[in-house]
Amino acid sequence: MSIHTSTVAELSTALARGDHSSRELTEVFLERIQGQGAALNAVITVTAEQALAAADAADRSRAAGEAGPLTGVPMVHKDIFCTRGVRTSCGSRMLDNFISPYNAHVVDRLAAAGMVCMGKANMDEFAMGSSNETSFYGPVKNPWDTAAVPGGSSGGSAAAVSGGLAPAATGTDTGGSIRQPAALCGITGLKPTYGRVSRYGMIAFASSLDQAGPMARTAEDCALLLEAMAGFDARDSTCVERDVPRYSQALGGDLKGVTIGLPKEYFGEGLDPTVASAIDAAIAEYRKLGAEFREISLANTHLAVPAYYVIAPAECSSNLSRFDGVRFGHRCDSPRDLEDLYKRSRGEGFGDEVQRRIMVGTYALSAGYYDAYYLKAQQVRRLIRDDFLQAFEDVDLILGPTSPTAAFNIGERSDDPVSMYLSDIYTIAVNLAGLPGISVPAGFADGRPVGLQLIGNYFDEARLLNAAHAYQQVTDWHTRVPEAFA
Amino acid sequence: MSLDNDDVRQIAHLARLAVDDQRLPEHASNLSAILEFVEAMSAVDTSNVDPLAHPLEMRQRLRADEVSEDNQRELFQGIAPAVEDGLYLVPRVIE
Repeated sequence: MSIHTSTVAELSTALARGDHSSRELTEVFLERIQGQGAALNAVITVTAEQALAAADAADRSRAAGEAGPLTGVPMVHKDIFCTRGVRTSCGSRMLDNFISPYNAHVVDRLAAAGMVCMGKANMDEFAMGSSNETSFYGPVKNPWDTAAVPGGSSGGSAAAVSGGLAPAATGTDTGGSIRQPAALCGITGLKPTYGRVSRYGMIAFASSLDQAGPMARTAEDCALLLEAMAGFDARDSTCVERDVPRYSQALGGDLKGVTIGLPKEYFGEGLDPTVASAIDAAIAEYRKLGAEFREISLANTHLAVPAYYVIAPAECSSNLSRFDGVRFGHRCDSPRDLEDLYKRSRGEGFGDEVQRRIMVGTYALSAGYYDAYYLKAQQVRRLIRDDFLQAFEDVDLILGPTSPTAAFNIGERSDDPVSMYLSDIYTIAVNLAGLPGISVPAGFADGRPVGLQLIGNYFDEARLLNAAHAYQQVTDWHTRVPEAFA
Repeated sequence: MSLDNDDVRQIAHLARLAVDDQRLPEHASNLSAILEFVEAMSAVDTSNVDPLAHPLEMRQRLRADEVSEDNQRELFQGIAPAVEDGLYLVPRVIE
């Protein structure tokens, strides 16, 4: 077993047996991040010193008999999570100089579980993008083919796990930003139910859609991570007060009698035939496992991306108004007056895609257009949510592709915003409805990974993880590693 | 919905974004394409549908109106672009 291709569960066992110390593991991964892995541009801030100190602390608590399953396991945080004393850039020039004064809830939770944070992962600027090309720090490369994008916005997190720079990473998902890069990089990524994980200290993009989740090699690892990340936090007013199940203990149940819905809208025009055949093969595996399939209809699927591109920009235009060059972040040189200070600080600090979305949102919320855009989009959002509610009266889970194609090339879609937006056509509706979804490796199309998406009912992460885990017991797609980073 | 350069200039002003005049046509074309794309929603009748703002339709949780945070002014102002005597500095607003 080589350390950098191991799962979190394997490393946890190795630490418990005393095969390795946390310091040894952390040194291996830091070496990967700073050596061979540097070419991926996946990690934009390395906190080696703090990581080694945390690793030593983890080794001490293990020696004292206080270790949990995640104690001493290294990881990286998406750079959207505030980390005290460490730059938290959100992939933006606006926050290039921002040293966070506090930790995000998720950062505190994983540190309390004993995980060792090695640094911050690259991402699309303010999580707005599906290719990681909008980052101020440059694009991330896909470990499977460095000409390809890793997906986005959690592209650095996905590439870091796939390339063996970290066994696990955090991500956030507003319209597919965990699941789509997980699919494109051949790893497993879970977006929990809206409200399951606290958003405190997670830089806000679209607050009614944003949700944090784990990214790792396997569903089992995601279960271990979610157990530590989830839970009530009074500091996020939308965080749900509800017990966190022991997800990792709920794995291994059989799938006999589980009913899975196949939305006919997810298998139509626009779906790459090679991706479609990988998903068909996955359906055959699930049948062998005892699952029953039923065709369902999510009739308003075609309206999900349009509704999202009103709601998300509207919320973003409001959330990003806090970046004004006054209290923190980028400030322009020699402002003439206050308006000039605001306008130039924001014009210089934000990249093109972020500016585009702020402007779309500003327009959609402006006098005379509110009803036609924002109100309309919220009404459509209910129709989309109701489609899912109806489907879940008949099925336990919904299955389909995560993304209509495998990874596209860097630069291929960056000049055409709308074609980029369509990359999230199967993931976005899940955010609008607030449901949990997971992407699992399910094959390859021309050497690039294909992801299978499972969607669950509200707070049904345990069933979702169990179904993903069952599939990973009979397939080995999740164990494949890109040759150049093997 | 098609936007022209003046529309973009006005939106950018509302959003407090400095936009280069030379880039107005590019922004107008991109924003128009996005608005045209979201236009697909108008094909569906939503006159009897309530808007959905929160996916779980939960009420906002309230807390007692008590001080719950320590004052950390120095910590927070330590990362500000310009401060003096505990105040944030901006260009003069009133002459």
